[in-house]
Amino acid sequence: MSRWHISLILGGVITVLVAGAALVSRIWTPADPTAMDIMARLQAPNAAHWFGTDQIGRDVLSIIMAGAWTSLGIAVVATAIGGALGTLLGVTAAARGGRTERLVMSLNGVLFAFPPILSAILLGALLGPGAVTAITAIGCFMVPVFARISRAAAIQNWARDYIAAARMAGKSDARITAEHVLPNIMPQIIVQLAIQTGLAILSEAGLSFLGMGVSPPTPSWGRMLSESQTFLGSAPHLVLAPGLAIAITVLGLNLLGDGLRDLTDPRRGQRA
Amino acid sequence: MIPTRLRRLAAALLMLLVTSLVIFLAIEAAPGDPAEIMLGTSAQADTLAALRSQLGLDRPLMVRYAAWLGGVVTGDLGQSYTYGVPVAGLIAERMLVTLPLTLMATVLAVVVSVPLGVMAAARPGRAGDGLASVFAQMGIAVPNFWIGLLLILGFALKLRWFPTGGFPGWGDAGIGAIRSLVLPAIALAIPQAAVLTRVTRAAVLDIASEDFVRTARAKGLSRRRALWRHVVPNALLPVVTMLGLQIPFLISGAVLVENVFNLPGIGTLAYQALSQRDLIVVQNVVLLFAVIVLVVNAGTDALYARLDPRLRGRA
Repeated sequence: MSRWHISLILGGVITVLVAGAALVSRIWTPADPTAMDIMARLQAPNAAHWFGTDQIGRDVLSIIMAGAWTSLGIAVVATAIGGALGTLLGVTAAARGGRTERLVMSLNGVLFAFPPILSAILLGALLGPGAVTAITAIGCFMVPVFARISRAAAIQNWARDYIAAARMAGKSDARITAEHVLPNIMPQIIVQLAIQTGLAILSEAGLSFLGMGVSPPTPSWGRMLSESQTFLGSAPHLVLAPGLAIAITVLGLNLLGDGLRDLTDPRRGQRA
Repeated sequence: MIPTRLRRLAAALLMLLVTSLVIFLAIEAAPGDPAEIMLGTSAQADTLAALRSQLGLDRPLMVRYAAWLGGVVTGDLGQSYTYGVPVAGLIAERMLVTLPLTLMATVLAVVVSVPLGVMAAARPGRAGDGLASVFAQMGIAVPNFWIGLLLILGFALKLRWFPTGGFPGWGDAGIGAIRSLVLPAIALAIPQAAVLTRVTRAAVLDIASEDFVRTARAKGLSRRRALWRHVVPNALLPVVTMLGLQIPFLISGAVLVENVFNLPGIGTLAYQALSQRDLIVVQNVVLLFAVIVLVVNAGTDALYARLDPRLRGRA
């Protein structure tokens, strides 16, 4: 079994499991993730609470499952918006060239100067914390990433013979982009979607760690880590569970992206 | 040559201008009256008006923007609304923590990742390569603030080798300061090192298959000599580029890691200023970070062009 097979399968399985846990949490969790039980607070992992309980006796496994919905939800929406806008800008730049291309690249430069945390601080001043702030901050940073990749890929396609043929057939730039360029660069975009969703999960966790993500009582992995700091010495399981959840989810998405890349680009697959 | 450079410089300046305008307008639109924040909600209307005019807040929008830009150029960033001290001094003081922290992390990341990446590429598919790729995958996936928490748990709470957080200042020959920066620097360095390991490995593999390397080998150079004399120096190009591209992540990471270790750096300053609605501090810190990213990117491009003769004179 070659390396990309392993990446693809392992990454796919992890991603499906995390997404499954997020979906299941909407209808069932082992316990109510908001139900307090002060008598059972700060319990280490045991038979009744597999991942232990937190400072007010909530079941950590249930919060982790519900948190998966929050993290994945914000990450997927932010990546989808950033990916769509970025790709649109990228293929437009490639199709039009000249002034449009320079404008897009400059816009990219400006957006790239605002890492998610920075835009979240700026947006936090404007809108206050919350899901919209987090999604906008993360999505904005995705735009230049997708614009750069899709532009580079699209430019390669524009040099091909079949595009020249389509042009001679009288098709407009927009139509050629939609009918020929976009389908051809889609594999690269899909690979990036997987990898960037992973990065978005990390950003979302960072934002909620700082208190700039979703507000309580909506569970979030980042805020769990932030709250765990107080009990670092007495209840280390509170630090381990959310951190592992983040790391495993991101690892899965990265492996999936790598596997897909090697699958769609045979040249790389052979070399790896 | 010169027109290309000038055009680049002009584009970079324009980008800086647009960036500063975006930041200024966002902060302008943000709710909260600075005068009210400084004097409290119970202040008299005429006192508030007097302070507003003293702060120059009664001037038109564009005049204030120009005044801010002028201040940025001359180093006068205004007064902090909550601390009542000049913002420039506040930033400079906090820089004494953030700058050493990010430098230590970057050096650490390079020192770990370059040898690891070269080792992985020298014997692809062997144990060393496997180890490097596991490190790279794990390092990219773990959040740096979580690494920070784990380091505190292991090396500060259990082993007691390092403090759990805080910063004693640069007195006392800086030993206390360095000690309190070690764990945060490691936390910040691991994700960076993971990315750089990957890039180094790919770059070395890429260069190793070039004709000039084959020529060097055909001339009788040993594998090892060809690797270190011809392959590695050329492979460092993409590594330098990646270092530049990683700056936004380094900055985000610093904000988080400073928070975990309770370090009085720029990241903590921005974060605290936001929660205290000290918007003039937020405005200037965000601009500072954005300028660093833009300048480093422009610098990386220029350096890249210098290091790779094939790119000279290209836009």
